[in-house]
Amino acid sequence: MIQPHRKHPLWFAHILHRLSGLALALFVPVHFFVLSKAVTNPAALDGFLHWAESPLVKLAEFGLVFLLAVHIFGGLRLLALEFLPWSGPRKTLAAGAVAAGFLISVTFLLRAI
Amino acid sequence: MRSVPKHLEVSIWRGDSAGGYFEDFQVPAQKNQTILDVVSWIQQNEDATLSYRYACRVGMCGSCAMMVNGVPRWTCRTHVNKAMKGNRLEVAPLRNMPVIKDLATDMDVFFDKWVKAEGVHHPSKTREDVIEPITGDNIERAKANAGIECINCAVCYAACDTVRGNPNYLGPAALQRAWTVYNDVKDAGKRAVLAAVSGRDGCHNCHTQGSCTLYCPNDLDPMGAIAGLKRATIAAAFKKEVG
Repeated sequence: MIQPHRKHPLWFAHILHRLSGLALALFVPVHFFVLSKAVTNPAALDGFLHWAESPLVKLAEFGLVFLLAVHIFGGLRLLALEFLPWSGPRKTLAAGAVAAGFLISVTFLLRAI
Repeated sequence: MRSVPKHLEVSIWRGDSAGGYFEDFQVPAQKNQTILDVVSWIQQNEDATLSYRYACRVGMCGSCAMMVNGVPRWTCRTHVNKAMKGNRLEVAPLRNMPVIKDLATDMDVFFDKWVKAEGVHHPSKTREDVIEPITGDNIERAKANAGIECINCAVCYAACDTVRGNPNYLGPAALQRAWTVYNDVKDAGKRAVLAAVSGRDGCHNCHTQGSCTLYCPNDLDPMGAIAGLKRATIAAAFKKEVG
């Protein structure tokens, strides 16, 4: 349950940035573990890559690309908000970060299917 | 036009820092009625022991802020229709401060942080010096002007989740005051301000959630002021002016 004082765009932008960051932090060790198989066990890597072609994994990858893109653009939003001499909430920046995240991840999905 | 109900269903938080509960009241509805009017009606007609704080009733003194339906507001300038959910109002003491009794909070910690943030004047001249004119087109003056209408109501402080997470965080009001003092051309304590706000409980603790700027009843921008302090402290760190 989201408390009433949190129901506004900048708070949602904050929580999206925080959760996407946490999810990526969990993903990166798995990513490196799989990559390490190229050296330690190439056959296992080939098997994994074959499995990764399935539609469900592609859909999960879409989510992953969205998290990565929205985290990058969310971070750029924060840098702009804090390091440029602007004032006010600049909600368009938050919306832009989410839109850019969707643009990139949906482009990825369309190319993947 | 919306029909006016005969009564408002009002829940008022009763208790102290040890704990409490919501007590329900029915308050006669008026066409024009502020949240403070509602609380005052209960205190005057239903329960004289209800404690709350107010003074000016016109949005100048900053003493009557409360949580209304979960959102911090200045109650004397908030029309009931603006905050009501259906026919219901839930009025609670401000977040992030200890409760003295019912709706009155202990604001000492909030004001102490203004001093901790060096939000005080550091004189650069004596009374013998000629008064230095500062024109309106001065850039620093414009930045200082942006924050001087703060009425110390603590709405931003109550809205801030960073204060919730770190009770030592100086908070939006004190940091905005520090930014105002920092931009005061006549202030001689700029380094002291930057040193005070650059620690772990200072401006860099802010997560830019924006609740302070959203809920400020005077439409000020504490989040922008904190961003200004972030830029100033980083620039000062590169120049090795602050640690």
